[in-house]
This record gives sequence, C-alpha cells and structure tokens, in this order.
Amino acid sequence: MTPFGVLTAIAAPMPDADIDTDIIFPARFLLLTDKRGLGRCAFFEKRFTPDGAERPEFVLNRAPWRDAQILVAGPNFGCGSSREQAPWALGDLGIRCIVAPGFGEIFQANCYANGILPVVLPAAAHGRVLREAEAGRPITVDLMGCSIELAAGEPTEPAGESIAFEVPSRQRDALLAGLDEIGLIRQQEGTRIAEFERRHRERMPWLFTDLNFN
Amino acid sequence: MKTLYDKLWESHVVTDHGDGTALLYIDRQMLHEVSSPAGFAGLRGRGEVMRGPASHLAVADHAVPTRHRESPIADPQAKAQVELLERNVADFGVRYIPMRDARHGIVHVIGPEQGFTQPGMTLVCGDSHTSTHGAFGALAFGIGASECECVMATQALRQTRARNLRVDVTGRLAGGVAAKDMILAIVGQLGAAGAVGHAIEYTGEAIRGMSMAERMTVCNMSIEAGARTGLIAPDDTTFAWLEGRPMAPAGAAWQQALAYWRTLASDADAVFDRVVRIDAARIAPQVTWGTSPDQVLPIDGSVPDPLSQPDEAAARKVARALAYMGLRPRTALQSVPITHAFIGSCTNGRIEDLRAAAEVLRGRRKAEGVTAIAVPGSGSVKRQAEDEGLDRIFLAAGFEWRDAGCSLCVAMNDDRLPAGARCASTSNRNFEGRQGAGARTHLMSPASVAASALAGHLADVREQVQS
Repeated sequence: MTPFGVLTAIAAPMPDADIDTDIIFPARFLLLTDKRGLGRCAFFEKRFTPDGAERPEFVLNRAPWRDAQILVAGPNFGCGSSREQAPWALGDLGIRCIVAPGFGEIFQANCYANGILPVVLPAAAHGRVLREAEAGRPITVDLMGCSIELAAGEPTEPAGESIAFEVPSRQRDALLAGLDEIGLIRQQEGTRIAEFERRHRERMPWLFTDLNFN
Repeated sequence: MKTLYDKLWESHVVTDHGDGTALLYIDRQMLHEVSSPAGFAGLRGRGEVMRGPASHLAVADHAVPTRHRESPIADPQAKAQVELLERNVADFGVRYIPMRDARHGIVHVIGPEQGFTQPGMTLVCGDSHTSTHGAFGALAFGIGASECECVMATQALRQTRARNLRVDVTGRLAGGVAAKDMILAIVGQLGAAGAVGHAIEYTGEAIRGMSMAERMTVCNMSIEAGARTGLIAPDDTTFAWLEGRPMAPAGAAWQQALAYWRTLASDADAVFDRVVRIDAARIAPQVTWGTSPDQVLPIDGSVPDPLSQPDEAAARKVARALAYMGLRPRTALQSVPITHAFIGSCTNGRIEDLRAAAEVLRGRRKAEGVTAIAVPGSGSVKRQAEDEGLDRIFLAAGFEWRDAGCSLCVAMNDDRLPAGARCASTSNRNFEGRQGAGARTHLMSPASVAASALAGHLADVREQVQS
C-alpha cells in the first residue's frame, strides 16, 4: 500500500447526499475480476453517455477537477454495497482522499484498506472545504498533522486557514507507513489467534466439528 | 447488563486494542464470485494457504443466469468469473455449491438453509446483505474484498465496536402488511445513514411473532439504514427452524449448543445507546418512490414535492430522485404504471415470500405490457414451491419461473432492465441503475409486487385481496 503523508491537490466537489457504491461503480462492471485498471468504470453513468462520450457537466470531466486527487463529497458517501471495486476504481482515477460529513461504513473501511484517506468533517468545516473545491483551488491534506490547509483565497476568508480532523490512530499509522493489515495481524497476533481458537473450540466445540456437506 | 451484540462481540475478542477497536475471531465466511477473486489472488501471490478452509462455504450467485441452466453460461465475462471461483475453491480446498447442485442459491438464503449460519457465531461475507444472518442471533456483517482476504489468511478481522441501537416494534402487523413493509418503514424512519456506527437489535412483540423468513427480511435491510449488523435474539422459533438442517449440530452437540444459544438474548437490564419505538399496527404497505431505500411512503401516499421540503439540501435530494425516477411531484403513487415486476432476492426469495405472492396471483393474470419474473432464492426453495404447486400459479399468472440467483436485484447477470423501465421489485435497493442503467425501481413486499403486476401500476395489495 502506498503511504499517505501530505497531499496537495485539486479537490472535486461532489456534494450530493447518498452517493452509493452502485453510482461509484455500476454493477455490470463487477464481472471484471482484476482489481487493477478499474478507473474507467468509476461513476460510469455520470461520466459518460451510453455511447461512451464524456458528459461535459460531470465534475471530473471538467478543468481543473479532471486532475483532482481529492473528492469533497456529501453525506453518507459510499453507502450501499460492500464492493471494494468502488475504492479500487477511485484509486485508479488518482483519488487519494475523500472529505465528507459521513461515509457508508464498509466503504470507509475499504478506503483505509487501499491507502485512500476518508476524512469526516462537521458541517461548517465541510462547507468551508467544499467552497475551496468549488473554487478550484488546491487544498493540502496533512495526515501527519491531521489538518487540512486552505490557501489564502478570497479576501473575506482568513489566509492560511487550517482545519483539524480526526482519524483513528491505528488507521492513521497504517496509512502513514503504508502498512499491510494482513502482514501486521500475522506478525503481531498470530499466536494470540491460535490461543483464542483453542479456548473457543473448548467453549463452542460444535463450531469445529466436520460439517455435513453430502 | 449486556446486549446480544455485547455478548457476541465479547465472546470473539482476540485482542482488545483499548481504543474501541478489537481483533475479532471470525467463525465462518461465505464466499461468492464477486468479492472473492482478489483475496484468492492475494493468497496465491504470497504463496499462502487459507488458514481455515473448513470454515468457509462458497457459491456463485450474482453473475449466474437464472434460465438456460442446462447450457454453459453464455456471457463470457460471467462464465470466466464463475470458473475463476471454481478454480479458486478447488485450489484452496473450500466447500463449494455448484450452479447445478440442488442446494445452489443466493448466499444469504443457502447459509441459513444449510444450517451453516448459527446463533452465537461471527459470520462474514463480502456482501453488505450479510446482515441477513443476524436474524439467527449471529454477529454477521458485510465486509470488503481486502477484509475477505484477511479472514482467509488469519481467521480474524480488526473491527470497531458498534453502538447498540434497539428498534422495538410493538403490536402486530395488519393484514396485507408484510415484514418487508416493516423494514421499509423502519429504514424510512431511521434514514439511509441513521444507523451508521450502530448494530441494530430488533425487539418487541411484532418481531417475536415473526417466522425466520420474516426475520431474515427485516435483518437483511439493516444496511439500508447504514447498520452493518441487524440482530434478533434467538428463541424457540430459531431453534425449531435450525434443528435437523444439514450443517447444524446434531445429537449431544445440538444440546450443548442450544444451552449456550439460550444465554445470548439481551439481558433484561441491558442498556442501549439509542432506542427507537415503532407501532407495527400503524404500518401500511410501503413503496419507495426515490433512489434511496429511505425514500419510502405508504402505498396510499403521493410523490413528495421538492418545494415542500424543510431545507435546500432536502429539496435537492428529492428533485434529484424524481428526475431519475421520471416522477412528477404530488402524483398518487398508485397511479404510477409499471413495465416490470420482480419477485426474488436475498430479501424476499424464500418459500414464504413466494407463497405470499402466489396467494395474490392465484387464478389471475398480470396486466398487459408487464414483464414479470419470479426467481426463487435457492434450488431448495424452488423445489418446495413446485411441490406446493406455486410454479403453476406464477406461470398461469403470466410470470416467468426461473432458477435461483441474485437476478434482477443486481444488474450484473443476464437479467437487466432497459433504460426507462419501471419495476415493482421485492429486492433491497432502488439505487440509480441498480436493475440496469436508467431503469427505475420501486421496492415493495412480495404480495404488493404481485398486486402491482396484476394492476399494471403500483397497487395496494389490501384492495386486491378484498376485491
């Protein structure tokens, strides 16, 4: 997994509520079995007409957001299906961070697993970041300092504004170091899992008998 | 002092990290063709074996066709995906139910049916509707493909402990009102993100009186309110349903398991973080009008008006849904014509669902211009329905009678709707494009979908039954 440190990039505004994973990754593309190269399927119906032409009104088809590495999304982004194809496709498009008032839980976990930082912000702070995204100004997401840095923009906004966010420490450490969860669990917990399993088998032996499959 | 969820969680903690997260031991995993390829590829890439293949059960349900089963799968991508699963389960030694096996079906139908799903266990699947299995008092939740691989490799998962949300349903459902109507009403009340971060436990007289099929319908759609887990305390209904199932414990092991399962219910003095109360008697047949399952109303209602929403965000959300759905504000829902009717899915593909639809359809015929299909949730359900003569009722009513699979619940197999089609559907999601790019979905109960197929428009099943 690619480590996440500090990212300065254009952020695409996508403020609608309940953008589900069927919108992010339409079901028919789930027949593809390789997790690589899925960016072309991302937001397919929103991005392309049925004959494959770009829809000019879709934010990721417009400058400067075509180069966005951050999404500023609406409430409950990524709700619905557990399909990890959604973050795989977003990652393949170059998205490394999604800022939203809230996420679908499975999608949020899938983001962490793929080096994409999901940032939850309260309404006011989210609105502030959304305005920067809409203005097409780059923002800086600093996972080390857990802050989003906004450049000086309109005269009415304070210069060099910094918005703090929280990320669970375990996920933060994993993202910063680009750690692999399975490797970590094996290395740190392998013995404990085996010990747990032995006790569990004594307590609930019926879970460990051979299943009747014929 | 403890809730059912607390007991399930605490009995599976390998390591408590002290920050609200823990490494949980996972008893069982179900695998299907869509979310498993990356996990198997990961294991293969590292030259690893599965840690506990015996704790897994695999089936292909999403991509499989629901007709012409005697022939090879026609869609080359679907064929390749199913064949990849078959190679993977053979290479890694996982139990697999092939498409032509009598026990084949949708993962969330066959897990319980085979007794693979049991109270008190942790059960995961790379599928958000894994919450279905919570109807048995199992800690069951949907996970992503990376998490699938983690369970394959380690038999464990790091998870964040959920807060406890009790949805207490008092009273009894009125005639013509089904478990599907209850869960749609609950999702409507909670909102699509209303239960994020929570494990829901459904309690109350209305839940206690439900069959296992009804309980599975309710738990299935917990994720539509944002909860990964929906639970119902196991009781005599649960145990009677499970006893004698092929993979359920038997003999002395059954007695030992039963004694443990009886301790799982939430303690009388258990404290929930949130409690929501709903009166079952006040629930009418429900129908969704929008593109999120919480956009739902009683069937005698009208399409909402963006202009009468409390704020701009709500107005925009309604307007966006209506634009996709091709509906005008204030239209009576019962006047909305349909082109398709679908009965099936992990929400409503069980024998009880087919019986409820058949009861409405018996001796009648679908309206002209409506394409209607009935898709049993499993081969066992199909066989039982045929033994009861339900297939003949569906066929006489003009329905197609299919083989088991996810079918029109997810537009990735041969069953897909064209743009502009409008479907009364017993499935679980009315998302944009869920049944086909540009197709429109109205979620309803099996009886309501049957009534709508007869009427040619969204219909109130209570009137059909009385007429």
